Amino acid sequence: MSVSDTEKKPMQKSPSDIPAVKVQDVSITYRTTFERVPTFKSALVRFGRGERAVREVKAVQNVSFDVNHGTTIGIIGANGAGKSTLMRAVAGILPPTTGRIEVHGRVSTLLSLGVGFNAALSGKENVVLGGLAAGLSRKEIEARYEEIAEFAELGDFMEMPMRTYSSGMFSRLAFSVAVHMDPDILLIDEALSAGDASFKTKAAAKMSELVTNSRTMFLVSHAMSSVRELCNDCIWLHKGKLMMRGEPNEVIQAYTKFLQVGEAEAVSLEDL
Amino acid sequence: MNATSVDEEFNPSVHVYEPHKVGLPALRPYFKALWQRREFAAEMSRTNIRAANTNTFFGQVWLVLNPLLLAAVYYLLVDIIAGGSSKIDAGERFAHMCGGLFAFYYFSGAMTAGAASVVGGGKLLMNQSFPRMLLPLSAVRTAFFRFLPTLVVYLVIHLAMRQPLHWAMLLAPAFLIMLTVFAAGMGMIFAALQVYFRDTTSFLPYFVRIWLYLSPVLWFAEQAPAKFKGFIQYNPLYPLIGGWADLLVRGDIPKWQMWAGGGFWAVVAFVIGSLFFMSREREFVVRL
Repeated sequence: MSVSDTEKKPMQKSPSDIPAVKVQDVSITYRTTFERVPTFKSALVRFGRGERAVREVKAVQNVSFDVNHGTTIGIIGANGAGKSTLMRAVAGILPPTTGRIEVHGRVSTLLSLGVGFNAALSGKENVVLGGLAAGLSRKEIEARYEEIAEFAELGDFMEMPMRTYSSGMFSRLAFSVAVHMDPDILLIDEALSAGDASFKTKAAAKMSELVTNSRTMFLVSHAMSSVRELCNDCIWLHKGKLMMRGEPNEVIQAYTKFLQVGEAEAVSLEDL
Repeated sequence: MNATSVDEEFNPSVHVYEPHKVGLPALRPYFKALWQRREFAAEMSRTNIRAANTNTFFGQVWLVLNPLLLAAVYYLLVDIIAGGSSKIDAGERFAHMCGGLFAFYYFSGAMTAGAASVVGGGKLLMNQSFPRMLLPLSAVRTAFFRFLPTLVVYLVIHLAMRQPLHWAMLLAPAFLIMLTVFAAGMGMIFAALQVYFRDTTSFLPYFVRIWLYLSPVLWFAEQAPAKFKGFIQYNPLYPLIGGWADLLVRGDIPKWQMWAGGGFWAVVAFVIGSLFFMSREREFVVRL
């Protein structure tokens, strides 16, 4: 992404008064089944017994916050805190049950549950499909494809089925696709754990480049050091509730204290 | 897409996500987004066809070989059941069976592939926001392109069986269109059902098989056994495939009831299927 890209696409409204993302009193409750494989047979059996396997999950409860353009916001919290659910809501994949989310800008996601790749297809086909699903035109994808392939450094593997990829290659391509979709808002959910050291450095550089180009970034991470390094804002979620919002250092401190894990220990567990 | 976009028309990059009112997303932006991304469905079906054909020895030839083998199997079956002595002209019967079978397999292929499309689309579904209806529609497109070569096969059979060509045969695609719309609707219904009940996959083949025997594929529409005649017209495939075969094989223009029936079922299936699918699609993410 070059500087000309930013010039080409000026901010819709002055960034100071319209936040990039506005989350207003959002709750997300969904009903899901806890069966391993939901089948008609087991539904019948349960119906006979008068049981239900559907349970309500209150993933996010009454969360409100605004994020301004150009902010890099870290989202931290224990497993099951609702971080990923919140990210999906911002991406428009999972609509809120109550409340309202306003997103100004094109969103690109790098979510934790693997990227939308079909292992039987080649890397190239997957890039094209993903781009089309995201609403880009074929021309726009072609224009970006070279950059994506180059950044991912996969060489000939781009033409091979993705089942032949290693997990590091997978995440390299995923990251490359996400950052080259020319996003105004980039959502990254713990997707940087794979990939070798040199790629991590490259990825971190790319992210800070996006931030300096006043892109907005959401970074969900258990790696406190990367949150501290990259973010200038931070949110702590716990069991679906917003616990704290503020300076990354303060929030992380409060969070680690809450977990009753010493700072040093938390650091040693992490990876970018 | 799940976006209930207020000002999307002026500014495509502003999205507002709110809970839906009656369980359905706002229809206009939904179909707009669907139309914008039609290229995605097309590309998906193209890559799927490519991937399916590169792995087998005969490759593309299977698209022709499959229907031929199918016709041979069913011809044998029907001939044996009929005791080898048939009153009707054997050539016409064989041509009719092929025409009907190819159309039926097109329908069942589109329906079953559409049914599997959502569960099979797992990762893409969980990570991107797009109108989910693209998945079953893409499956229908795949089935259609797999069906096209069988039309040529049919034409060869038609001529080889010394059946006359009629101008009315040119009307047959009208029934094909209705059949396609009907298949898309059924595909969407089963696609949504399969998210909730995964065993639909194992149950669907039997359902399809029974449906085949109840449809005028192995027999002519007017030959329905007296015992079934009362209700067999209510089988949606009765007018759809019956009309198709009448036009294609014998060049008879079907009665208006066939046209009306076919159109009625196509519209009903598509409307119910799409409404049901849309009302369920935002739950797919948490159910997969």
